[in-house]
Amino acid sequence: MSLLEVDDLAVHFGGVKAVDGVSFSVEEGEVFAIIGPNGAGKSTIFNLISRIYQPTHGTIRFDGQDITALKAHDIARLGIARTFQNIELFDHSTVLDNLLMGRHTHRATNFVQDILHLPSVRREERAHRRHVEEVIEFLELEAYREKRIEGLPYGVRKVIEIGRALAIGPRLILLDEPASGLSVEETQDVAFWIEDMRRDMGLTVLMVEHDMGLVAQVSDRVLAVANGRPLALGTAAEVQADRHVQAAYLGSPEAAA
Amino acid sequence: MRVVFKKSYDRDIDLHEHWLDRAKIAVLLAVMAALPFLVGNYYLAEAANTLIWALAGMGLMIAVGHTGQVSLGHAAFLAIGAYTDAGLMNAGMPFWIAFPVAGLAAGLFGAVIAIPAVRLSGIYLAIATLAVFVIVEELIIMLEPITGGVGGTMAPSISLMGISFDRYGALANFYWLVLGIVALVTWGYANLMRSPTGRSFLAVRDSEVSARSLGINVTRTKALAFGLSAGVTGLGGALMGHYIGFFNYELFSIFISINLLLVVTIGGLGFIQGAFLGAILITGMPQVIAILRDTVNASTGIDLASLPGIDTMMFSVLLIGFILFEPTGLYGRWLKIRTWFEIFPLARRDMFRRHKTYLKTERMR
Ligand SMILES: Nc1ncnc2c1ncn2[C@@H]1O[C@H](COP(=O)(O)OP(=O)(O)OP(=O)(O)O)[C@@H](O)[C@H]1O
Ligand SMILES: [Mg+2]
Repeated sequence: MSLLEVDDLAVHFGGVKAVDGVSFSVEEGEVFAIIGPNGAGKSTIFNLISRIYQPTHGTIRFDGQDITALKAHDIARLGIARTFQNIELFDHSTVLDNLLMGRHTHRATNFVQDILHLPSVRREERAHRRHVEEVIEFLELEAYREKRIEGLPYGVRKVIEIGRALAIGPRLILLDEPASGLSVEETQDVAFWIEDMRRDMGLTVLMVEHDMGLVAQVSDRVLAVANGRPLALGTAAEVQADRHVQAAYLGSPEAAA
Repeated sequence: MRVVFKKSYDRDIDLHEHWLDRAKIAVLLAVMAALPFLVGNYYLAEAANTLIWALAGMGLMIAVGHTGQVSLGHAAFLAIGAYTDAGLMNAGMPFWIAFPVAGLAAGLFGAVIAIPAVRLSGIYLAIATLAVFVIVEELIIMLEPITGGVGGTMAPSISLMGISFDRYGALANFYWLVLGIVALVTWGYANLMRSPTGRSFLAVRDSEVSARSLGINVTRTKALAFGLSAGVTGLGGALMGHYIGFFNYELFSIFISINLLLVVTIGGLGFIQGAFLGAILITGMPQVIAILRDTVNASTGIDLASLPGIDTMMFSVLLIGFILFEPTGLYGRWLKIRTWFEIFPLARRDMFRRHKTYLKTERMR
């Protein structure tokens, strides 16, 4: 059984068929990439999996469980974490607090205990901090721990978002263009981190990325989409060599259809 | 510049990382507690009033400053607190039961109305809360047997374990009671903001979509925040009732809601300290205006009292000024001044320049 199974997924916004019959499955421990030209529907697939959008058609199964009917806030608890293409951090909080917000699914105290700051609250806070410090160490964010997000460079913010997703302690992580806007060195860091996530943390990675160098370096399989429809599935080399994929990137409409 | 060496996670979790900050709070509390021996009755009553406003302001701060929910209806929660407390005490209940129940009643009411309102935000939420306020005002007039209707009702004198805390008969005791309650609520508020609950409020304020993807139930979080907000403001209302003594629905006008919004925005949105600074300003302003008016009258012979609305105008100018020039409020200004001194002479001109925050849709891809 695959960890994530997407079956005949579709979502239509009025007349726009943003995703139109996409099926794929991601195996446990795999790095799976989705590529495609702008507006192909890649981010929309992520939004469907994280239940921000309601599919018009199709099912999504995670670890054998149908999650198509779940609420967006139920997804993290199952062990699915994500980042956003346009960075959605909590701008007025510190890096540490942003990462601690990623521990929300692990909280066991309620607001009354929190207000009274009972010993159980402090015990839990220590545990959350231990987890978060591991993430900070992993992503080398020590220098930014106490800094507020606003004012931090773009590249650092992208890494913090990955950190916040990792703080959840997920089984599956969805990365929406983790390398966009990053320098060559920063992109290389991302590549190493993705490999470490898979090898050391046992994570499954589903990523959307335009940087074919990064995709070829880290991913086991690649799915190419265009106009909401799947074009090709295979290794990075196979997909890049695909006639339909090349046509889609060159913008020939009949080949993409 | 002070550097805090952290040797354990506990240092981070503590409310104050540095012993000096803890000492400052202790000194402040000691001075506040000694106030009855330092000032006369007039200023002591003013201090109690300021503390009550700070309490009500903290309530609104939870919603507006920390969860991003604007409310024009918080006068309704003040009213619910005041009438519940006075009603229960008039029915024979002691203060120590009536007071928490008043907060609970306001809080539950706030949470219940928040559930349908959570989908609204910004100006729409402000209008919805305004509607709630109008309904509560009408209810107060209609429920005459309990509220005294248009005629009003009296908040009985407080006594605990045989000791009088009467606002007039034992003003010092009343002041200490208010101070104790405010200190306790402030402590609870500060605890909240260093806990998962407080962080979930901030998460919902800054990015709902992110909050959801981290497993935060946005509806429940907003309702909880609004409920806590209404509850704390309700406690403030109960004390306000005792402070005024005899009141009717007119005490809780829309202007009180607006003044509370002034407290939190001028004080500094998102800072507990802001509620206190804002309360000092709001309760101190009328005094300052009165003194100014007398001075102008004495020196020039122009009687400003003949110009009605001058207070309102000064408030408005102040609010607009803050929104334009100092959106982080008095507390934000204070932080900047403090940083300037701490790192003197290294301050740069552009250090506090506001960073351009892109609308989410405008952010670079
Ligand atoms: N909420 C929405 N309402 C209407 N249309 C939408 C919505 N979300 C996405 N779309 C449309 O769906 C299509 C796919 O968008 P999507 O963001 O998934 O593209 P993408 O593959 O991520 O592109 P990019 O590489 O530019 O990020 C676009 O035409 C977009 O305008
Ligand atoms: Mg996209």
